[in-house]
Amino acid sequence: MIIELGHFALILAFLIAIVQAVVPLIGAHKHWYGWMAVAEPAAKMQFLFTAFAFAALTYAFVTSDFSLRLVWLNSHSAKPMLYKISGVWGNHEGSMLLWVLILTLFGASAAWFGENLPPTLRARVLAIQSAVAVAFFAFILFTSNPFLRLAVPPFDGQDLNPLLQDPGLAFHPPFLYLGYVGLSMAFSFAVAALLEGRVDAAWARWVRPWTLAAWVFLTIGIGLGSWWAYYELGWGGFWFWDPVENASFMPWLLAAALLHSAIVVEKRESLKSWTILLAILAFGFSLIGTFIVRSGLLTSVHAFANDPERGVFILMILAFFTGGALILFAMRASVMEAKGVFSVVSRESALVSNNILLAVSCFVVFVGTLWPMFSEMFFDRKLSVGPPFFNMAFTPFMIVLGLILPIGSTLAWKRGKIGQAAYQMRYVFGLALALALLVWVMQTGRSLMGPIGLFLGAWMVLGAALDLWMRAQRKWNRLLRLPRADWGKSVAHGGLGVTMFGIAGLLAWQVEDIRVAKIDEPFTVGQFELELKGVDRVEGPNYLSTMGNVVLRRDGVELAVLNPEKRNYPVAKMPTTEAAIDYRFLRDVYVVIGDPQQGGGWTLRTYIKPLANWIWAGTLLMALGGFLSLSDRRFRVAAGARRRRQAQVPAE
Amino acid sequence: MKHAFAVILMLTALPLSAVQPDEVLDDPVLEQRARELSKGLRCLVCQNESIDESEAPLARDLRLLVRDRLVVGDSDDEAIAFIVDRYGEYVLLRPTVTGSNWLLWAAGPLMLFLAGGVGFGYLRTRQSADEPDVIALSDTEKNRLAELLKDE
Repeated sequence: MIIELGHFALILAFLIAIVQAVVPLIGAHKHWYGWMAVAEPAAKMQFLFTAFAFAALTYAFVTSDFSLRLVWLNSHSAKPMLYKISGVWGNHEGSMLLWVLILTLFGASAAWFGENLPPTLRARVLAIQSAVAVAFFAFILFTSNPFLRLAVPPFDGQDLNPLLQDPGLAFHPPFLYLGYVGLSMAFSFAVAALLEGRVDAAWARWVRPWTLAAWVFLTIGIGLGSWWAYYELGWGGFWFWDPVENASFMPWLLAAALLHSAIVVEKRESLKSWTILLAILAFGFSLIGTFIVRSGLLTSVHAFANDPERGVFILMILAFFTGGALILFAMRASVMEAKGVFSVVSRESALVSNNILLAVSCFVVFVGTLWPMFSEMFFDRKLSVGPPFFNMAFTPFMIVLGLILPIGSTLAWKRGKIGQAAYQMRYVFGLALALALLVWVMQTGRSLMGPIGLFLGAWMVLGAALDLWMRAQRKWNRLLRLPRADWGKSVAHGGLGVTMFGIAGLLAWQVEDIRVAKIDEPFTVGQFELELKGVDRVEGPNYLSTMGNVVLRRDGVELAVLNPEKRNYPVAKMPTTEAAIDYRFLRDVYVVIGDPQQGGGWTLRTYIKPLANWIWAGTLLMALGGFLSLSDRRFRVAAGARRRRQAQVPAE
Repeated sequence: MKHAFAVILMLTALPLSAVQPDEVLDDPVLEQRARELSKGLRCLVCQNESIDESEAPLARDLRLLVRDRLVVGDSDDEAIAFIVDRYGEYVLLRPTVTGSNWLLWAAGPLMLFLAGGVGFGYLRTRQSADEPDVIALSDTEKNRLAELLKDE
């Protein structure tokens, strides 16, 4: 019963979305206020109905209702509760429902928080947002309906893919979707501004918090996914340049560019058409990402044929919205006249360089990701583009970005002096260089990656700190009274530095050891001594585990007992490896157990991973910086102003 | 999920473990070379994984093949050429800079050149532009903007 109600609620939300996409748009065009006013209640209702549909599906998973096809395919009664819930979005249909739930959530938030937007702009934004929702409701209802029943319900389900039964991955998709879909707000604002024919500082100020929120969520989502890959996949890689990862990375790069170019629109009324274009492209890349993942086009060219209907549907959505917005852009971009005047050496120019580097690096990732397909289609060459390409073609952009960031972020607006900005940074530069040289002398015969990365990381972290210190005019008591946006900027920039630090450390100085370990025979890896004490068979809730018992020592002192596991999930018929990791500030020791060997002993793989945690600490700092900036009072001022105005309105 | 889907595909191949102890060559220099080469070769049945990371049996065969070639005395290039001859250029994770692949490798630098040119041109126009009359806002809008901006 609840399932059918959920299904019905989803159809109702679809119908409301159609109305909301059409009526306010006409109202805004004709200046009919009644028609425009339809948008807000519709947006809120649409969200509530979708939320009900999602709750109904969650209920089916929690109660293990195997009469629902989706539950039967992706759940099992013995599965822990956390994974019953995360199983809702651990499959195509459910994850699309989550996608559209977040889409309507953003629409409803715009209705809730957008009360001081000009009425026509608000109506248009909500209508565009709803038009995107219409497309995805149709996609779910016609090609990927999660509410289909089975005529004969089986006794138990087929279990969720064991790789997904993990806390890191349980929360990875919601964050990622909040980011992806959050960019739809920037898109709606951009298209609405094109329809209105004007972009000004106020517009940029409304768009920035949405973009910032989307970017923060995307950062957390990508970070979680990468952390999960690190501890779950069994060899401690954190980024594989896989098409699916690239699909989330491209919108992240463009969202980062958009954040920065919107600052220029807000402060200086320039870069307007570029910012609009970025907003369209950022959401376009979100859609491309969805397309890549759902169609299976890039995971394998042949998987596309498995599900042509869904792939073609998303391709049509992509072509309609991105193509339509770009045509509109081509027609209307000329009306957006830049106002600000500034010199070639200025903060504005630094932000333009930031945008060029981020957008071009995104382009490199895009070309690299799609090249195997292009190449096969047009040149009849079947080839691969893997991590070695991306490392070579992408990294230089990040190095240049890291080099100019500390200087660029302290340049003055309008007319800056590069000599002055560089001079202020002389101690930071010297310190970072000294660190790199020290490390270079200490390491012998290893790649230059380590020292270079360490230099960049230190340069950016110290540069961000100095930036903050100078903003506070070198006084401690002013430091805490700085606007949170200043703190946000420095924390996020420092976070990027910390991540670069971690990546350089991990890539340059990792130590790996592969051997057959005999029970009670200690061996050394780097400065550590490890000893396999025994191997046990352990039974989990829905898996069987082979669990090693490894003692980690350094200089004879026991540091930790590590329990690497190999799990076997009998229902899903899939094994997983669970690495055991001793997390420390400066390094991780990472142990994976393999198969038993003839003649006794087990395959044991040990890695020492220097600075591994710094990668995700930096990611968290970037997200924290975003949140700090988001909580700056100028973004809340609008709400306060609204309350004051309402108070002044006399009773009628 | 995005991430996971690929990973599922990667791991549907039979899991053993990546490099096994019995594969490791006695000569550490040769072994190091073999590892470096393995990182650039694709596991043909997996999704975007190198044979160095892969757990598939076919990847193990390729790893052993690479080591055999090195033991016989092949240089790195010869060993790679030997494998490309048999498996095609699909096996290379780093595409060669030949023929149409020039486009792939040049895409980034070309785009940077183009974007840099356009960006610099734009900056030049902003430098020499006149400050335009700021009368685009109506009075009510000005008030509203002032209200929004006054907390700067």
